[in-house]
Amino acid sequence: MQVSEAWLRELINPPVSTEQLVAQLTMAGLEVDALQPVAAVFSGVVVGEVLSTEQHPNADKLKVCQVNVGQAEPLQIVCGASNVRPGLKIPAALIGATLPGDFKIKESKLRGELSFGMLCSEKELGLAANSNGLMELPTDAPVGIDIRDYLTLNDNVIELGLTPNRADCLSVEGIAREVAVLNKLSFQPKPQAPVTLSHQDTLEIRVDSPAACPVYLGRLIKNINPQAMTPLWMQERLRRSGIRSLSPVVDVTNYVLLELGQPLHAFDAAKLVAPLVVRNSSIGESLSLLNDQTIELDGNALVIADQSQPLALAGVMGGNSSAVSDTTQDIFLECAFFTPRSIAGKARSFGLHTDSSHRFERGVDFTLQQRAIERATQLIVEIAGGAVGPINATISPEHFPARSAVKLRKQRIESVLGISPSNEEIARMFQGLGMQVAEIAEGWEITPPGFRFDIAIEEDLLEEIGRIVGYNNLPSSSLLMRSELGKAPEASLSLARLQDCLVDRGYQEAITYSFVDEAMQTAVAPDDEFIRIKNPISSELAVMRTTLWCGLLNAAQYNVNRQQTRVRLFESGLRFLSQNGQTQQQKMLAGLALGSVYAEQWGEKSRNIDFFDVKADVEALLSLTAAGLSFRPGQHPALHPGQTAEIIDANAQSVGLIGMLHPNLEKQLGFDSPVFLFELCQDAILQRVVPKFSALSKFPSVRRDMALLVKQDISANDIIHCIHTSQETTVREVSIFDVYQGKGIENGFKSVALSLVLQDFTQTLTDSEIDAIFRRLLQKMTAELNAKLRE
Amino acid sequence: MSASIEEILTQALQALAHANDLTELDQVRVNYLGKKGLFTQHMKELGNLDPEQRKSVGQVINTAKNSFQDALDNRKATLESAELQARLASECVDVTLPGRGQAISGLHPVTITLRRIAKIFASVGFDVVEGPEIEDDYHNFGALNIPEHHPARAMHDTFYFDAHTVLRTHTSPVQIRVMESEQPPLKVIAPGRVYRCDSDLTHTPMFHQVEGFLVDTNVSFADLKGVVFEFLRAFFEKDIQVRFRPSYFPFTEPSAEVDIECVMCDGKGCRVCSHTGWLEVMGCGMIHPEVFKSVNIDNERYSGFAFGMGVERLAMLRYGINDLRMFFENDLKFLQQFK
Repeated sequence: MQVSEAWLRELINPPVSTEQLVAQLTMAGLEVDALQPVAAVFSGVVVGEVLSTEQHPNADKLKVCQVNVGQAEPLQIVCGASNVRPGLKIPAALIGATLPGDFKIKESKLRGELSFGMLCSEKELGLAANSNGLMELPTDAPVGIDIRDYLTLNDNVIELGLTPNRADCLSVEGIAREVAVLNKLSFQPKPQAPVTLSHQDTLEIRVDSPAACPVYLGRLIKNINPQAMTPLWMQERLRRSGIRSLSPVVDVTNYVLLELGQPLHAFDAAKLVAPLVVRNSSIGESLSLLNDQTIELDGNALVIADQSQPLALAGVMGGNSSAVSDTTQDIFLECAFFTPRSIAGKARSFGLHTDSSHRFERGVDFTLQQRAIERATQLIVEIAGGAVGPINATISPEHFPARSAVKLRKQRIESVLGISPSNEEIARMFQGLGMQVAEIAEGWEITPPGFRFDIAIEEDLLEEIGRIVGYNNLPSSSLLMRSELGKAPEASLSLARLQDCLVDRGYQEAITYSFVDEAMQTAVAPDDEFIRIKNPISSELAVMRTTLWCGLLNAAQYNVNRQQTRVRLFESGLRFLSQNGQTQQQKMLAGLALGSVYAEQWGEKSRNIDFFDVKADVEALLSLTAAGLSFRPGQHPALHPGQTAEIIDANAQSVGLIGMLHPNLEKQLGFDSPVFLFELCQDAILQRVVPKFSALSKFPSVRRDMALLVKQDISANDIIHCIHTSQETTVREVSIFDVYQGKGIENGFKSVALSLVLQDFTQTLTDSEIDAIFRRLLQKMTAELNAKLRE
Repeated sequence: MSASIEEILTQALQALAHANDLTELDQVRVNYLGKKGLFTQHMKELGNLDPEQRKSVGQVINTAKNSFQDALDNRKATLESAELQARLASECVDVTLPGRGQAISGLHPVTITLRRIAKIFASVGFDVVEGPEIEDDYHNFGALNIPEHHPARAMHDTFYFDAHTVLRTHTSPVQIRVMESEQPPLKVIAPGRVYRCDSDLTHTPMFHQVEGFLVDTNVSFADLKGVVFEFLRAFFEKDIQVRFRPSYFPFTEPSAEVDIECVMCDGKGCRVCSHTGWLEVMGCGMIHPEVFKSVNIDNERYSGFAFGMGVERLAMLRYGINDLRMFFENDLKFLQQFK
């Protein structure tokens, strides 16, 4: 809602500055989004009348004019505008005037002719971006008066960003009411006397949907002057509210909409086939609207129709076939109340949004129609004449929105807001807001007026009190609400700990969109069933990711394209899997690494990252969580088949993956070095085992190494598992410190060097005991893995 | 004999003085004190003397030996010290060269901000609860008193999967989910991703919100104001001006927008605050009775407040970030500014 300050002040003029007024509105919940002066800064421009024009002796395009500016003698002013002519009233800048842009008007000579001022266009006065010739003022404009006064240009446009509950402030009158209450002034809308009737003709109206249209008023106004012009003051007010002047009848309906908040519509009476019907549309009907859009109707839209066709989409927009044109003489003026429920969503379903639908959706005062139609009639007659007929009214009070009294308890004001206003203050506030106030034992009963659709419960009234008193004037408590000690669960690991671990290992956290390009999604996870957004913002953000890798790969590409040769990223968040029609939303933690192991550093040879570097990072994460997670060879369509591992839990359920991006994808995505990826289910790793002490041995430990010769397909895990499942209780640690293939080793075999740390709780192990342990272990490994000791 | 000892001592002391390193020094020691050393030989010869002589000559030899030993020790200390000095000099490095190994990276500024918010609220007992991002329209709208066709739904620019399944447009559905399953008193914050079908200079289709709410007996608007004031001052680590303005949210009544004094210009007016001196940072209000009704909490017995804030907005203000879109481009040059 955009409104001229001068118009508002004509209704209510509190003794506050513009800035104070704007602050009052904002702090009362009517947020002022912008405050703009209506005209640029200029001075010294008056209404002038061109008395005569003569051709300039030395310039084809210039005229030498005598202009009456209200002084004793006319001024000679040279002018080049094509529309300058005797009798024309125009803005005339006098000597000493300053035009926008600090342009000073001085006495001058144009091609030898003296000029004592300048005749101005709208553009030159900063009133319009473009203009064609001089600004033409009405013939009754008083000569000599300052143009800023004449056009009330010392005015501001106040732009309000209204919340959907405050439909009552979608009019100058509504805002005036608020301003009055905030300034403790009284405001009464101007009463509207009925216009004198000149004929008794009416148009028959039938309201088939009274629940959707409880009030429908219409009247015929005949023989208006199609040539009439909208007066300048009205054009200016409309312009300042962002509405373009079109024709007197349309301008008047818009003016009343702004003034009172009541949308009206005028039909060309000659184009109607009575009776008019307010009804639901039928399937198959169509309607060509004023904006030249043709809409196909279903059975749910409320329309105004005549006997041949739908004429208007009720409360939204009129149709072309019955539109008022510049030859229209007889009009049928409609002023109705359509319920919010009947209009809500209708405009949007046709891609429309109009001043009318905006108001009806939010709620128009259902007691306002009589006054509004009289006001519009009065203005039409004043501007364009016409013979006024009686109002034909169809009113169904049983369908009016309920306006029940709402109880307001004194105690509740105090307990919720922390203040205790007096009876007088309560009465002043609510009466000022147009409500009826009745005192009862516990407090008051307040009945909201027709224009308030947001007062139904006690809390709504509390908000009104808070608003009028000012939220900033309400008390604020210092909180002291800790009532119990905090918790410190030790068996669960926080995601933050894992994030910190990755950060400390050189991974930068990224946050990528949860929706991704379908092409990326299917390239990375062709086997996953994904879900699609019905109304995506673009095709690149159209399907929900089934793996966090999509976004990380995107982010890596983005950085590689910006000269980053080393990228380590991680992200945590949901993935969205569709399984048997059900959507699984799983919390994941994923990472990506490419480039050298370390950022380039002096004194060390640089080396590209490999599987085991990234595995170390994943192992670091797993070491923080519950025991029982392990790696086994795995497969994934996005990963290198020989460098992929699944991370499995104690029940051998897969809870994550790590691997090298498949060379095909690496190429397809434009990477020029290997990319490593991992992804883990958070649920599987966010547990910890609360540590439990185990006693230390007092006896020395012994480290012994052995080199085994095994077939190539025997994994490190197999060997370690074999040792762990032995009965040897003295084996404390097993680690692999070398794997060798090549010279000296038979093809298809490898040498694995193990180190074992042995320690007993009851004695120092002797060499012969250790030898015996080694012999037994070797036997087990020979039996299970066909391992031989390498000599 | 005794003259000879003196000669030996003089000779020996000279040899010590000429020893230039510990190896040479040790050789000198061996020459005089070793098994075949000159002093040792003299000592051996003592046996050939008669007891009277043996005693006096022995004393002379011992005195000379002791003198030599002292000089040797001194010389050794001097040489060791010189050797250490030489080693230290040779081992001197340019300590301004960078260290080696993995460098620490950083968290996303949104995460840093979320963690700070959670920490501030955790200090007074708020729990952190998360919820699903694909939501049903009941939890996202209906239960929050936003019926179908309500103008507020249009304001949300919702992403749909089907007529009743949406990407949550705010984290407020978590409020419903918590109140459905738990009884007051409740103190919860719900951080997370939210989605709106809107993308331009100042909007991204995904962003983060923190919803917070408190339900208990006798919770008042004053408590809401107190929490919000204290939170904002803690977050910005500054005694900033805060103002409450009436606003409208279907799920709170009374509702308020919270503005803070512009942190860029200290309220003097700048581009960031559109020259108003104020910045809108969160919405809040007392939980609407309809919301309590939908989760079967007695509105006469309990009251509560809720608030919601945009995390990117707070991060932008806190760190002076001037382009929202940078949050999701994941440019390392941007991200690495935050640790």
